[in-house]
Parts: sequence; C-alpha cells; structure tokens
Amino acid sequence: MRPLYRFNGGVHPPQHKEESSGHPIVPAPLPARLVVPVHQHIGNPAKPLVQPGDRVLKGQLIAQAEGYVSAAVHAPTSGTVSTVAMHLVPHPSGLPDLCITVEADGEDRWIERQPIDYRELDASTLRNRLRDAGVVGLGGAVFPTFIKLNPGAQQRVPTLILNGAECEPWITCDDRLMRERAAQIVAGIAVMRFMLGSQEVLVGIEDNKPEAIAAMAEACAQSAFPIEVVAVPTLYPAGGAKQLIKVLTGKEAPSSGRSTDVGVACFNVATAYTVHRAVDHGEPVVSRVVTVTGNVREPRNFEALIGTPVSDLVAAAGGAREGTDRLVMGGPMMGFDLPSPEVPLVKACNCVIAASPALFKPAPAPMPCIRCGRCARACPVELQPQELYWFARAKNFGKAQEYALFDCIECGCCSYVCPSHIPLVQYYRFAKSEIWAREKEKKAADLARERHEFRQLRLEREKRERAEKLAQKTAAKAAPAPGEADAKKAAILAAVERAKAKKAAAAPRNVDNLPPEALEEIAKIEARRAQVRDMARRPVAEEKEP
Amino acid sequence: MNPPYVTGSSSVSTIMLKVLLALLPAVAAYVLLFGPAILIGIALASATALACEAFMLRLRRYPIKPFLLDGSALVTAWLLALAMPPLAPWWLVVVGTAFAIVVAKQLYGGLGSNLFNPAMVGYAVMIISFPAQMTQWQAPHALASLHLSFLQELQYMFGGTLPDGAKLDAVTMATPLDTLRTQLKLGHSVETIRQMPIFGAFSGKGSETVAWCYLAGGLLLWQQRVITWHIPAAFLATLALAAGAFYLHDPAHFAPPWFHLMSGGAMLGAFFIATDPVTGATTPKGKLIFGAGIGLLTYIIRAFGNFPDGVAFAVLLMNICVPLIDAYTQPRVFGHPTKPGRGTQQ
Repeated sequence: MRPLYRFNGGVHPPQHKEESSGHPIVPAPLPARLVVPVHQHIGNPAKPLVQPGDRVLKGQLIAQAEGYVSAAVHAPTSGTVSTVAMHLVPHPSGLPDLCITVEADGEDRWIERQPIDYRELDASTLRNRLRDAGVVGLGGAVFPTFIKLNPGAQQRVPTLILNGAECEPWITCDDRLMRERAAQIVAGIAVMRFMLGSQEVLVGIEDNKPEAIAAMAEACAQSAFPIEVVAVPTLYPAGGAKQLIKVLTGKEAPSSGRSTDVGVACFNVATAYTVHRAVDHGEPVVSRVVTVTGNVREPRNFEALIGTPVSDLVAAAGGAREGTDRLVMGGPMMGFDLPSPEVPLVKACNCVIAASPALFKPAPAPMPCIRCGRCARACPVELQPQELYWFARAKNFGKAQEYALFDCIECGCCSYVCPSHIPLVQYYRFAKSEIWAREKEKKAADLARERHEFRQLRLEREKRERAEKLAQKTAAKAAPAPGEADAKKAAILAAVERAKAKKAAAAPRNVDNLPPEALEEIAKIEARRAQVRDMARRPVAEEKEP
Repeated sequence: MNPPYVTGSSSVSTIMLKVLLALLPAVAAYVLLFGPAILIGIALASATALACEAFMLRLRRYPIKPFLLDGSALVTAWLLALAMPPLAPWWLVVVGTAFAIVVAKQLYGGLGSNLFNPAMVGYAVMIISFPAQMTQWQAPHALASLHLSFLQELQYMFGGTLPDGAKLDAVTMATPLDTLRTQLKLGHSVETIRQMPIFGAFSGKGSETVAWCYLAGGLLLWQQRVITWHIPAAFLATLALAAGAFYLHDPAHFAPPWFHLMSGGAMLGAFFIATDPVTGATTPKGKLIFGAGIGLLTYIIRAFGNFPDGVAFAVLLMNICVPLIDAYTQPRVFGHPTKPGRGTQQ
C-alpha cells in the first residue's frame, strides 16, 4: 500500500452521485444549430478562420490558437457557418463572447482524420498537434494541455498523476468515462507519459467510485508500463490538482510556481481520453461527456457535441421537473448559475444541474462573523479565511494579499462550514477583482506618468536648445559659420523621419477577438493611413534630395 | 444565488445551544450541592441579558429576532450567573449582566465585534464595585449551619431578609481560594489550612464537584468540535506548571497545582470563557499562547495579587493581546515556504 497524505480540512457535502452514475453514457441528439465559443480555454481566444456562409466538416479547424497560451476550436458537426458573432456563453459574468454558429446539415460528416504515431514525432510537433486539436484540461480549468506536457528545462517530469477523484457532489462524468473507456484513457496516459518522460504514473480516484477503480485497475494491468491506481479517501476537494498531488505524493506544489517544480504533472482522466482521440484517431475535441442531473426526470451522462444548447441536454434528460428555477454549471460547491438555458456546452462544462429551491436551499441571512475558526480548519490551502473576510470587507487589499488571498482556490469549504452563513467566497472574489482592477489602473497611471515625465523632459530640452540656438545666433552675428545650421536641419529631419516610422510600427492593434467584418474594416483604414503617410512623406523626401 | 449552493448544518444558534447544554451538568451539581439559588441567578441574568440585548438592538436599528435567537446573550448571562455568588442580592446579577451586554457587547458593535469577553467584563466591574457582595459565597449544604428553602432564598435575594433573624454567616462562607489567602496572611501553612472543614480532596467541598462537571461539559464541547483543545490545555497546563513550580519550591506557602486547577473559575474559565471565539485568538499557535497567558496571569493574580481569583482579569488582559498574537502566529499557507505576515508588514 502506498502511503497517503492529508491536506488540511476539507468537507463532506452530501454526494448525490447515484442519481446519474448508474446509467451508461449515451450520445446526446444532434442539435440543429451549434454555437461554438472561440474562447473555451484559459489564455487567448482562438482566432476565427471561417466566415458566415462557409461550409464546414465535423472536426474542421474553425478558429486557430492565437499566441502561446491558447488552443484551437473545431466544428462539432458538418454544416454551414451562419454567424460569427457575440452570443451568451456559460460564464459567471453572464457576458456574451464571440461564437461561431454552425447550422448542422444532419450528416455529421467527418473531415479526413489522420492518426499519428506519437513515438515518431518530436516533442514540439506533438505538442503543436495537441494545441491544434483543441486539447485542454477537461476537469474544469481548461488550461491548454500541450503547455503542461512540456517538461521544459528539466527534460522530464518524474511523476505523472491522473486525476479521477471527481470530488464535487452530483458530477459523475469522469466516473462513467473511467468505467466505460478505461483502456482508451490508458492509451492517452501512454502518450502523456511519453511526452513527459515520467517513471511513475498514478491514477487517483476517490474511494466512493469502486467500479471506476476496478475498471481502471484492470485496464492499467494491461498496460505496457506500470500504472498504479490509488483509491484516495473521499474528501472534498481531493480533486483539486494541488490537493491530489499532496494526497498521493506528500508534495506541495509551490504557491508561486507549478506542480512540475516538484516533479509532478497532473491531468484529468477525461483529458487523457481526448489526448488518445487526438493522437491515435486524429480527432480533435468536438464533444465531451457531461452529467445532466439534479431536478431532471432522467439524470444521465451524455456524450454531447461542443456547442449543443444546454436546454437540449436538459430536454434529453427527460426535461426539468417542476420547481426548477435555474441551471447550474459545474457542481454545487464551485459551480455557477447559467445566464440562460440557451448557452452552449463548452469544454469546461462537466455537469449541468437543474436546481430548485428544494434541492439547494437558499442560505439563511448571514450573521456576523464570530471568529470561530471553522473556516480555517476546513481550508485546504491553510488560509485564515476569517482574517481574509475582515480584510476584504474593510477593503484592506494590501493586507488581504499579505495573507495570501490569491492562494484561495475558491473551493467553498469555508462557506460550507460557516455557522454565520457568510458568503465568504464572494468576498474573496470581490477582493481579487478589486485588486486586479486597481493594478490595471495603476499600470495606466504609470504609463500616463511616464508620458508626462517624457513631455516635461522634451519641453526642457527644447527650451535648452532654444537658448543654445539664441546663444549661437548671437555668436554667429559676431562670426558667421555657414553649413553648420544646414547639417543640423538635416539631422532634425532625419530624426523626425525615424520617429514617424517608429510610431507607425508601434501603432496599437487591438484586433484580438474581433469579428471578421471589423477586421476587414481595420485593414481598409490601415491602407488609407499608409496612403496618407506616403503622401506626407514625399515632399519631405523631395526637399531633402537637392 | 452564489456558490457553494449547499452548506453544512451548523449555525451560531446551534453552537450557543451546545455551550448552554454543556453547562447543564455543572448547574445540576450546583443545585444538588448548594441549593436552587443558582437557578434564580441564571433566570435573572437571562431575562436581563435578553431585555438589554433587545433594547440595544432596537437602538442600533438591528433586526431583533435573529440576534436574540442566536443565543449569544444567553451564554453571556449563564456564564456570568455561574461566575457570581449564587446567593446574592438580585441587583448584583442584574447590574452585572446589563453592563456586560450593553457596554461590553453592544457598544462595541454587538455579536462578533466585542474585544473583551462580556461576561468577564461584567464580573470584573462587579467585583471592583461591590467586593463585599461578590465574595459572599453560599456554603454547600454539607457545611452550612442553616439550610434555606427555595422560598427563603427568594426572600433573601429580593428582600434581603433571612428567616428568624439568622445571620448571613450561617449560609455563606469564604471560597476556598479566599480562605487560603486570608489564612496564609495569618501565618498558617498550606498543610494546616487544608485541614479546615471547607476543603475537600482537591479544593473546596462541593465546589470541586462543580469543577469536575465543568471539565466534563468542556470535554463534551471539544468532542462536539465547538471548541478546540488548544486554549483549555494551554490554560490548565500553564496554571498547573506555575503552581507546581512554586509548590515544589515552598509547599508551606503555596497551594499544590491540583488545588489551583479545581478551585475558583479555573475549569469554567478554561473550557467556557477563554474559549469564547469572538474575543480569543484564532490561530492554533495563537490559541496556545493565549491560553498559556491566561493560565500564568491567573496564577500570578491568585498567588500575589489582591483578588482571590484571577481568571476574569487574566482573560481580559489576554483579550487585549489577541490581535497581536494572531498577527504573529499566522500559520504557513499551503505551498508557501514561509509564513505570511512576516517581514512584509507595511
């Protein structure tokens, strides 16, 4: 038996897994229209490559990764692009985001798929393949997987951990995936292990999923390399990456760094599955398994296309029962209210819960904090939530940061145990967003100050130069020295020219995340500008020549 | 709605209710050994606390119902009633409780905002203002020359009269701690003093049984996770260590550690008063320092100060130190090499 370690605190919320865990994964019906957000991952939004009217095939790249931290987005089915426009997306802010809408033609015809032999590719090509296949962490954080599969300067990451803990109540999509597709997960693990050069491979699964543990153990026994399936005690949030790493290895990933700093990489089991699909079948991420549960008639796990309206999924689960007042994406501990049932399924969405006041009772009115410290005892990051709460309330953001506010993973354990029912996580989110906003403001102010200082400097220099000139003039009156003034004029002209060129090159181009019409317009404006610039330049050049 | 959508079942009311329940064994022992006067004191204190709380909440325009039902005023009332002499004039407990609730709690901002333990503020004010009344403790049945009935106790508390011109000395006596202090001043040794009839196996007859009940109730609170072990353990261990050191050095003039542990407010203070979350330290290390500080100060005040018991003053003095203790005992955060709040003070 492998020795297991403990993280601080944690809670045992009611599980509610059995509602959906007993039924096999079923394919969700193909919707008539799919809305695919271009920003389904952490990092830069993908750049759309299609325009309204374009025909697309299933798996066709419709938006490409932009910048390093980004991932590609693909057409989930064959059909026609109808719009590339803003649409409501599943995000706590409730704000719309750029989406590509595909009208399905019903044929669901794949683009040509090219499986690759990962052993024959060099590491960086393989990583680019995963980026272009849109592989991101499916545990909820949706961090581009290819970045985590870069062992970097150490050349290899000794320990590879697969996260099958699935610690949030209600969610069972990873459980079902492990039960039904264990061999394919293991095939994905093989690719990851190859890329990271790991010696030790561990699969951590909470002990409330004995069937998944058995299925994974069986598949791992068939593997060409040793994989250890470890049952970890059921304790929320054991599925947090840093918490699972601690439980399995006793190592703490540094607050300021990444888990690879302690020689560990951690991936969700569903991510391993998509790596296998991308590499061994040439299939990009166009679908995922999602639990639809709560106040629905037939709670199920669906394999659904990305972009499927959440309302379709609820309908596929037999529809919402009476009393349903909203839909929640994710689990009850860290999930959020969906702004509308019409938002599309995204890569991050592992669960949709039809919520009702009976299911999730409204919290009683908050009472004052009595500093009982239950929150600190429950905090898996060993923070002092009661102190952070006071600092956030007092808007003492400096102190909040000093007390490691940004280490908070917003798991909700503190709120769960709080006898005063204080919405602690909300206070921390508020403080974090305030700090971000202030930092932004500060940066803008710094920039303005720099500009101002530069202007002052310039004015002073000009004043000095004028004075010098005047002095020269008076001196020249006494003894004229031709030629010198001409040379100076030429130098100034050259400097002006250089400044202009520099300015043109450094012109801000805020073209991320814009629909193609806007991009086109910008291009036109740029062309006109260049023309004007040319015209302005000519007389100067003519003057200069003679 | 905001996540988490599910919450645990604990609430401020259940915590306070558990504290009250854990006090019941001691209250029962009190009634059996000393008579029912303590019940009158508790009732008076409770009524006063609720009335004052409601009045102040109204003045401060706070919702009255949720704050009256949270039970915190009742806990203050019970603790104060148990800390005061049971057979005392009615106004003593009423004034003490009113001061605790109005000044020490509500004027500081109410539940969660008070710096000082309200019950101990009430106690301290009363012992300074009315030292005579505050030191007339009821003698246990086993020692009293006169047994008062419940009605006679009521008569004394509200009318100030005892039946048939009996003297107050017939029903009250000095506490063991008080007796020890006076007798030591008279030049007697601890050994001879403890031969006096009021002393039992560890400290005073009757009062030591009540102390055992506080210990039992306190362990119940610990088992129920209402309190952690840190403060009581540090408090009692430090008190025992300090008493033990002096006892070993000079057993004739210093009482043994077990006497100190089972006397006065030690057990009540360790499990029920010092563990008040609002006014105590919150970090594990901070709780140890806080508890140890109370234990040490209690011993110093008992052995060298002017008051027979020092728990109340020790608690209040350590309350002052809480922000400092908490600031310097922040635990290490997950994934951090060092502790926060060190070297980065602004």
